[in-house]
Amino acid sequence: MADIRSNFVGIKSPNPFWLASAPPTDKEVNVVRAFKAGWGGVVWKTLGENPPVVNVSSRYGALHLNDSRMVGFNNIELISDRPLEINLQEIKKVKRDWPDRAMVVSLMVPCEEESWKRILPLVEETGADGIELNFGCPHGMSERGMGSAVGQVPEYVEMVARWCKQSTRMPVIVKLTPNVTDIRHPARAAKRGGADAVSLINTINSICSVDLDLMAPTPVVDGKGTHGGYCGPAVKPVALNMTAEIARDAETQGLPISAIGGIGNWRDAAEFMALGAGTAQVCTAAMHHGFKIVDDMISGLKNWMDEKGYATIEDFRGRAVPNVTDWKFLNINFKSIAKIDQDKCIKCGLCHIACEDTSHQAIAANRLEGKRRYEVIDEECVGCNLCSHVCPVPDCITMVSMETGKPYQNWTQDPRNPMRKAAE
Amino acid sequence: MAQSATPDIAAARLQPQDIDRNFEDVKPVLDRKRAIVESSRCYFCYDAPCTEACPTSIDIPNFIRMISTDNVRGAAEKIFEQNILGGMCARVCPTEILCEDSCVRNTSEDKPVNIGALQRYATDRLMAQDGHPFQRQAPSGRKVAVVGGGPAGLSCAHRLAMLGHDVTIFEAHDKLGGLNEYGIAAYKTVDDFAQREVQWLMRIGGISAKTGTALGRDVTLEQLRRDYDAVFVGLGLAGVNALGLDGEEVANVQDAVDYIAKLRQAPDKSKLPVGRKVLVIGGGNTAIDIAIQSKRLGAEDVTLVYRRGPDQMSATWHEQEFAQVNGVKIKHWAKPVRLISHQGAVREVEFEYTQLDDQGRLTGTGETFALLCDVVFKAIGQKLVKDPVNGKAHESLDLANGKIVVNADMQTSLPNVWAGGDCVASGTDLTVQSVEDGKIAAIAIDRYLRRKNSK
Ligand SMILES: Cc1cc2nc3c(=O)[nH]c(=O)nc-3n(C[C@H](O)[C@H](O)[C@H](O)COP(=O)(O)OP(=O)(O)OC[C@H]3O[C@@H](n4cnc5c(N)ncnc54)[C@H](O)[C@@H]3O)c2cc1C
Ligand SMILES: Cc1cc2nc3c(=O)[nH]c(=O)nc-3n(C[C@H](O)[C@H](O)[C@H](O)COP(=O)(O)O)c2cc1C
Ligand code: SF4
Ligand code: SF4
Ligand code: SF4
Repeated sequence: MADIRSNFVGIKSPNPFWLASAPPTDKEVNVVRAFKAGWGGVVWKTLGENPPVVNVSSRYGALHLNDSRMVGFNNIELISDRPLEINLQEIKKVKRDWPDRAMVVSLMVPCEEESWKRILPLVEETGADGIELNFGCPHGMSERGMGSAVGQVPEYVEMVARWCKQSTRMPVIVKLTPNVTDIRHPARAAKRGGADAVSLINTINSICSVDLDLMAPTPVVDGKGTHGGYCGPAVKPVALNMTAEIARDAETQGLPISAIGGIGNWRDAAEFMALGAGTAQVCTAAMHHGFKIVDDMISGLKNWMDEKGYATIEDFRGRAVPNVTDWKFLNINFKSIAKIDQDKCIKCGLCHIACEDTSHQAIAANRLEGKRRYEVIDEECVGCNLCSHVCPVPDCITMVSMETGKPYQNWTQDPRNPMRKAAE
Repeated sequence: MAQSATPDIAAARLQPQDIDRNFEDVKPVLDRKRAIVESSRCYFCYDAPCTEACPTSIDIPNFIRMISTDNVRGAAEKIFEQNILGGMCARVCPTEILCEDSCVRNTSEDKPVNIGALQRYATDRLMAQDGHPFQRQAPSGRKVAVVGGGPAGLSCAHRLAMLGHDVTIFEAHDKLGGLNEYGIAAYKTVDDFAQREVQWLMRIGGISAKTGTALGRDVTLEQLRRDYDAVFVGLGLAGVNALGLDGEEVANVQDAVDYIAKLRQAPDKSKLPVGRKVLVIGGGNTAIDIAIQSKRLGAEDVTLVYRRGPDQMSATWHEQEFAQVNGVKIKHWAKPVRLISHQGAVREVEFEYTQLDDQGRLTGTGETFALLCDVVFKAIGQKLVKDPVNGKAHESLDLANGKIVVNADMQTSLPNVWAGGDCVASGTDLTVQSVEDGKIAAIAIDRYLRRKNSK
């Protein structure tokens, strides 16, 4: 049986599944329930200075797709609204009772060295395993010069990371905001500041929907709304890309990454790990389904690893990173075309109309003895995959690699590229 | 078992509240949540097979998509565009052999999208609102007579009115609706829906109705052809086939359709006389419906006897199953050969087993059995009452196999007379087909009238 124990920058946990800093980790009752359910660790809900913040009522928005609820989720909550002492007492108690679980404490205080110096010893005293610097919250806190207001300025990221590293023995994880144009800049800054790891992503600035009766963005607070932080399954692609960018950047490669963003099952987690992440943090999926989802994450990951022959997470971690490249290095001579399995096909015609109306007119709608039959016109198919994505039947349309007889050639070498560098 | 001296036929075999419950809506309308879940199962197929299987060609993927976005009015308008009785069809269509049978979800997971229920959801909601979704075109100054106020006639009348013509419906009964009002099983169309639908349909304007007026008795085809610019005939099948056995003209051998009509009109179903042992002879909708409704009124034993096998029954597999779920016993491959009477009532029916011979013809095996009964229902098919359209009158319509002959435009052998629904040769005896016939005829009549105008 695969061993999924995790040691992330010295923080040990029985499995790599942590709850992200958010309501599921807001207080003792929740965290104890999570540990009972089997979670490997938590990042405690972000602590700030006293007096605690005050939250509004009506806090979450959601994107539902037909019968799928909460495909995307957004919130306008602030950091922990409970007094600092209470949080610290509870952290201490839970860590004492659950010594094998990872206890990381998320922090957000004003961007002044004194503030950080004041809070770090208090956290250290709880016996916590590490800290996560919340440079990501994109709403409310950012208006007060904290959260993403810090995370968006690489110099601040570096500066605060350095202050923390100088004032504590605990490992420092910098949580990045995705609300930047290039995630590598804050990641590089964190590394320069001495951070042990980065975690990403925090939530994405968003308006989830507009209430067309109230004419206000949701969630609506007494007639008005504001932008909030977006998360859940919909943000996973964004988080995967940012993880890959950091994993393959010359300056930050090898920097430990705790992945966050749309993770809801073992497969999501494995994908982030393949792109180099060491642990997987979860928020929305737990808020949606409760803590029991960790059962599947643990057994699913182990079963898949056994199937693949991976004994530990290190055996496959980062394996996909070398296969993430720039567009210009993709093989222009590679060709694949769609192939329809006529036995599986249910004759819905979706592939035809998608290709016909919006793409390459490469799927013919035929009738054979009055019966529908959809057929790929090989010569017209450019191998875009659209049909295979719209087809409702799993594995009915596959993309088949074609033998072209041509060698690997990328755009930098292609004669059709006027900008190519002549191969001397 | 000893049999009582006279047939055991009595009202109130069940408590009134139980009878009420047995005649509640058999498939209540979906709520919004269920409708949205179900609508999300539709793939929005291209050139959708379900639409092709709908006799009225409703754009099913499109209306379902509109339900999924909460555009329920748009969805209902899409349905009514093609089928103005979309509300009734949502209740009575045997979707298991029509749209839902063609749904690609049958292939992908053995469970079609519940198109009928979604259609009901959309149409019920729109019909509950004020107004009417369609407007009439500019008046054409033309008048059309529609004979018969069943689904075919109503559909034709509505479309003609929409296209700007003035319509008069001549209906023999007191109420419009045809079998929607007098024939469909009571639990399929509760709360006086048939009449509500007629009233809603009439909101388009330009349609007047002369009820209690029968063609052949109160008015003739000649008169109508003279007084109107065109005539549509949607008479349905008002006659009933006989068993052809001695002694069937007695009180406890009844026409199923007559009894159902009474049941549909009864203000209090617990006052309806019901046999204790009921025998139903036939294999179609009517046979199934009378069997189930007898059971639901409290008959103790209901046996339906059909001369061929389950696959040959015109009642669909779903209806056969529903009958069985309701405790109806179905016996196949047997035909009635003798009615055994006692004191002027049939008390027993003798059946002969049947089989197919080498040529595929139905023959008796010679072996017989008998079943006791208090009531026998004849449900072996309805037929056209010919006189009004093909009698001794000077003008008559061509018939074939006892039904009116029409071309693809539903035009009869007389140039300004069209016909549709159960009374025409192509009739499939479905409400939805009658609606389509009426629609096609109306469009053809409109073309004819416009040509006439331009001359
Ligand atoms: C018991 C029963 C159950 C059924 N259940 C279903 C079902 O569940 N689903 C389904 O799809 N189909 C069902 N059908 C079939 C369906 O009802 C018919 O196909 C449909 O009603 C035919 O419509 P129509 O307009 O042609 O005729 P009808 O509905 O029969 O209407 C004909 C109209 O013409 C009138 N009329 C007749 N003669 C004259 C005259 N001389 N002058 C003036 N008016 C006249 C009649 O009074 C009647 O109103 C059922 C039929 C029966 C008998
Ligand atoms: C209601 C809510 C509150 C959150 N509060 C915090 C917070 O206090 N500190 C923090 O670092 N991240 C916070 N987050 C962000 C999550 O930790 C996480 O980064 C984000 O939700 C993406 O992960 P997911 O897709 O699994 O939800 C919050 C998220 C939600 C939904
Ligand atoms: S989830 Fe709980 S706290 Fe939140 S609105 Fe619902 S009932 Fe209230
Ligand atoms: S989308 Fe898939 S199932 Fe539908 S017609 Fe095309 S190949 Fe067949
Ligand atoms: S066949 Fe089924 S899935 Fe396809 S459009 Fe019709 S109802 Fe929807």
